[in-house]
Amino acid sequence: MRFLYAAYLITWGVIIAYIITVLMGFKKVSDEMKDLEKDKRL
Amino acid sequence: MSSKLFTAFALMTLVLLSWGLYEAMIGAPTEATMGAVQRIFYYHVPCAWVMFLCFPANFLASIAYLAKRNAAMDAFAVSTAEVGLVFCTIVLLTGPIWGKPVWGIWWTWDARLTSTLVLWLIYVSYLMLRKFSIGGPNPVLAASLAIFGCIDAVFVWGAIRWFRTQHPQPVFGGGANSGIDPRMMHAFFVNMAAFTALGILLVWLRYTLERVHQRVEEAHAMKALGGAQ
Repeated sequence: MRFLYAAYLITWGVIIAYIITVLMGFKKVSDEMKDLEKDKRL
Repeated sequence: MSSKLFTAFALMTLVLLSWGLYEAMIGAPTEATMGAVQRIFYYHVPCAWVMFLCFPANFLASIAYLAKRNAAMDAFAVSTAEVGLVFCTIVLLTGPIWGKPVWGIWWTWDARLTSTLVLWLIYVSYLMLRKFSIGGPNPVLAASLAIFGCIDAVFVWGAIRWFRTQHPQPVFGGGANSGIDPRMMHAFFVNMAAFTALGILLVWLRYTLERVHQRVEEAHAMKALGGAQ
C-alpha cells in the first residue's frame, strides 16, 4: 500500500505545486499592472 | 476568461476527481497478481493521456505561431507545453513507483521509458529557452523545438507497439489478449474524464496568465518607447 499512497501523494503534490506557481504568477502580473498604472498617473 | 464558466468547470472537475479517487481506491476490484499497487494505473495512464493531448496541441499551436506570428497561439503553445510537462513529470515519477514492487527495479532503459525521459528533457529545454533567454526570436526557436518534441511524443506512443519493451503492452487496442475487467474499466474511464478535465482547466488557467503577461510586457515596451521619445 505504501507504493500506492506514495504514487497518489506525488501526483497531487506535483499538481498542487503547479497550481500554486500559476496563482503566484497571477499575483506577480497583477502587481506589475498596478505599478504601471501608478506610473501612468504620475 | 469568463469567470462564471471557469468556476463551473473547476467545480465539475473537482467532482470528477473526487469520484475518480473513490473509484480508484475503493470502487475498482484489487488485481489478483499485483495487488493494491495496480491501482497506480488509474492515475498513471490518465496522466499519460493528458500529456499526449498537450504535446500535439503544443505542436499545432507552434505551427500556427510560425505561420501567423499570432501572440494568442504563442500563449496557447507555452500553456500546453507547461501543462504537458507537469503530467509527463507525474508519469515519470509514478511509473517507477509501480515498477519497483512489480518488476523489482525502479527503472530500465527500454524504448518506452527512455523516449519518455527524452520527451521530458525536450520540453524542459523548450521552457528554459523561453524563460531564460533575453530578446531575439525566442518564441520562433521554441516553436521549432516543439516540433521535435512532438515527433518524440509519437515515438513514445508507438514504442510499446513497435518494440519489445519491459513496459506493459497496450491495455486497450493491443490485440486479442488486451483489455481489463469491466469494473476496472469503469474506474479507469472516470479517471480519464477527470484528468482530461483537469488538463483543460490547467491549460485554461495558464493561458489566461500568459495573455495577461503579454499585455504587461506590451505596456512595459510602450512605456520604454514613451520614455525614449
